[in-house]
Amino acid sequence: MVKFIFRRLLVMIPQLFLLSLIIFVLAKQMPGDAVTGAFMGNPNVTPEQVEKIREQYGLNDPWYVQYGAWVGKAVKGDLGQSYTHKQPVTSLLAGRVANTITLSLFVLIVSYAVAIPLGILAGRWSDTWVDKLIVTYNYFSFATPLFVFALLMLFVFGFILGWFPTGGSVDIRIESGTFAQFMSKLHHLVLPGLSGALLATFGTIQYLRNDIIDTKLKDFVKTARSKGVPEGKVYTRHILRNSLLPIAAFLGYEITGLIGGSIFLEVIFSYPGLGQLFIQSITGRDFTVVTAIVMISGAAVIVGTMLSDVILSAIDPRIRIE
Amino acid sequence: MAETVLEIENLRTSFNIKGNYYAAVDGVSLTVHKNEVVAIVGESGCGKSALALSIIGLHNAKTTKLEGQVNLKGQNLLSLPVEKLNKIRGKDLGMIFQDPMTALNPLATVGRQIEEPMDYHMKLSKSAKKKRVLELLEQVGIKNGPRVYKQYPHELSGGMRQRIVIAISLACNPVMLIADEPTTALDVTIQAQIMDLMKELQRITDSGIILITHDLGVVAEMADRVAVMYAGEFVEIADVNTLFANPLHPYTRSLLSSIPSNMTDKEELHVIEGIVPSIQKLDRGGCRFAPRIPWISEDAHEDNPMLHEVEPGHFVRCTCYKDFHFPEERVEDENYVTT
Repeated sequence: MVKFIFRRLLVMIPQLFLLSLIIFVLAKQMPGDAVTGAFMGNPNVTPEQVEKIREQYGLNDPWYVQYGAWVGKAVKGDLGQSYTHKQPVTSLLAGRVANTITLSLFVLIVSYAVAIPLGILAGRWSDTWVDKLIVTYNYFSFATPLFVFALLMLFVFGFILGWFPTGGSVDIRIESGTFAQFMSKLHHLVLPGLSGALLATFGTIQYLRNDIIDTKLKDFVKTARSKGVPEGKVYTRHILRNSLLPIAAFLGYEITGLIGGSIFLEVIFSYPGLGQLFIQSITGRDFTVVTAIVMISGAAVIVGTMLSDVILSAIDPRIRIE
Repeated sequence: MAETVLEIENLRTSFNIKGNYYAAVDGVSLTVHKNEVVAIVGESGCGKSALALSIIGLHNAKTTKLEGQVNLKGQNLLSLPVEKLNKIRGKDLGMIFQDPMTALNPLATVGRQIEEPMDYHMKLSKSAKKKRVLELLEQVGIKNGPRVYKQYPHELSGGMRQRIVIAISLACNPVMLIADEPTTALDVTIQAQIMDLMKELQRITDSGIILITHDLGVVAEMADRVAVMYAGEFVEIADVNTLFANPLHPYTRSLLSSIPSNMTDKEELHVIEGIVPSIQKLDRGGCRFAPRIPWISEDAHEDNPMLHEVEPGHFVRCTCYKDFHFPEERVEDENYVTT
């Protein structure tokens, strides 16, 4: 198992390299560059000054030279300077990454905590009123756009009822490092987290329900029953374990989707995370920040699929590599 | 006669198809004694497997209606709630399934799967369970037990897996075993090995066995008594020698003459024309085999045919056996007895 994980980690190196190359080239293809973003339409800056700044930042070098310089610094932990924020990208991202990961994890955990029990109920009691109720909820959650639902949540619980703050990630008046600050963070997390989680359950519920319905007719389940295994244990020991396989395979995709989904959430709830910064940086042509964020999202996909592989091989002996 | 283990009385299994119940097993009665192998033969769709699953209670309770009695150790299994039935399944009543490729859980080790019935029916320590599993593996002819104990089903061949399925059914020393076509999914050489194994195990365990098959070779080799099933009913019950030497019911005779034999040189193989009627379209009042032997006059059949005891222990349904003959263009082959 350790060997498998190690090998799987090794595979990530070329993956990350390719990812960085594609992202860099694509970002370079964006119309305009950091200088256009920062000074365009500013009548006090002459074209000569712009050209000088370009030269100074190395923006006139061929792309491979720029790429080499970028990668060389990136592996040392230096992602360059943000052109608009005038500070190192790493320090700009540090707090944002923590926020986004907190939000994504919250969404992931809550959505699984809701989806797995519901999927199991719907699958086990398929074609009863329980199942129909769950499937109805599921289609609603699938059909509702996140930005509509999130705005509605914000309006009802943030504005009308005033139970939760309508923006930000923490109350800045509270001293940092205290328990009160932790509670304040959690308080700010609930609305965006629930809005995201309740719509993220669709895939898991549907997959799990269908797979349980499929698995419970399989021969090995008959074998289990013929052994005298009580019905509850037939589910926990035999059906569920098999039905969780596609869910585990889906985990990587879910992680990816959550980072993408967080962009909406963060913008709507003015939650200072990567998504919000990403949108600002694209409109500001803040090239170094954009590449860094896309790189992080891409890396999340790679890590997500690796996690899926490791989890799958832990529960499914058929795909274990010796 | 030896002690009775299983007694099936007038069992009727009906399935719900679009709101109506149709019987797939239609009034079956059978007694199995200790140390006896009763074979149930018939073509696909005659209700053999439905019968097996009814005995062990594996039909979907929502869409299946079970009537009659299945008595094992003085209890009617059909009237037991599932919790009580679970105390009997796997303990007194073992089941061997048809397809070893799908009958095992792909995610659990062989050892775990053989141990599982012991978890619920025997109070054994962990090491005692493992010891018992290794003993069972040896009994079913698996040589490197300790290694197989830790392996997963996908690492084993079909024959090996069927041995594991058999080991599971034997784990708690059942008094009654139901084997639903245990060799159908295996290739011929492995079939012979598995049949030898079952004979050997039956000698050791003393349990009663219901062997469901459509392979008459297996019947001749294994069975003490044979029940021939057609369209949900037994049409002939006899001990194995009588059945092969003196088959009476037209269906039994047709089945036996359908076996290719090397004595029947250049002669056309007998074929039973038509198919088993579906349970929805079946005419339940008369002789169910009549439509497939149209050259026999209608007067030969009786209404609501009964099982007649033509000699002690030999039962035949319907009166048509008295007038049955094969169609004119072919001569009945006398050599099938040699199988």
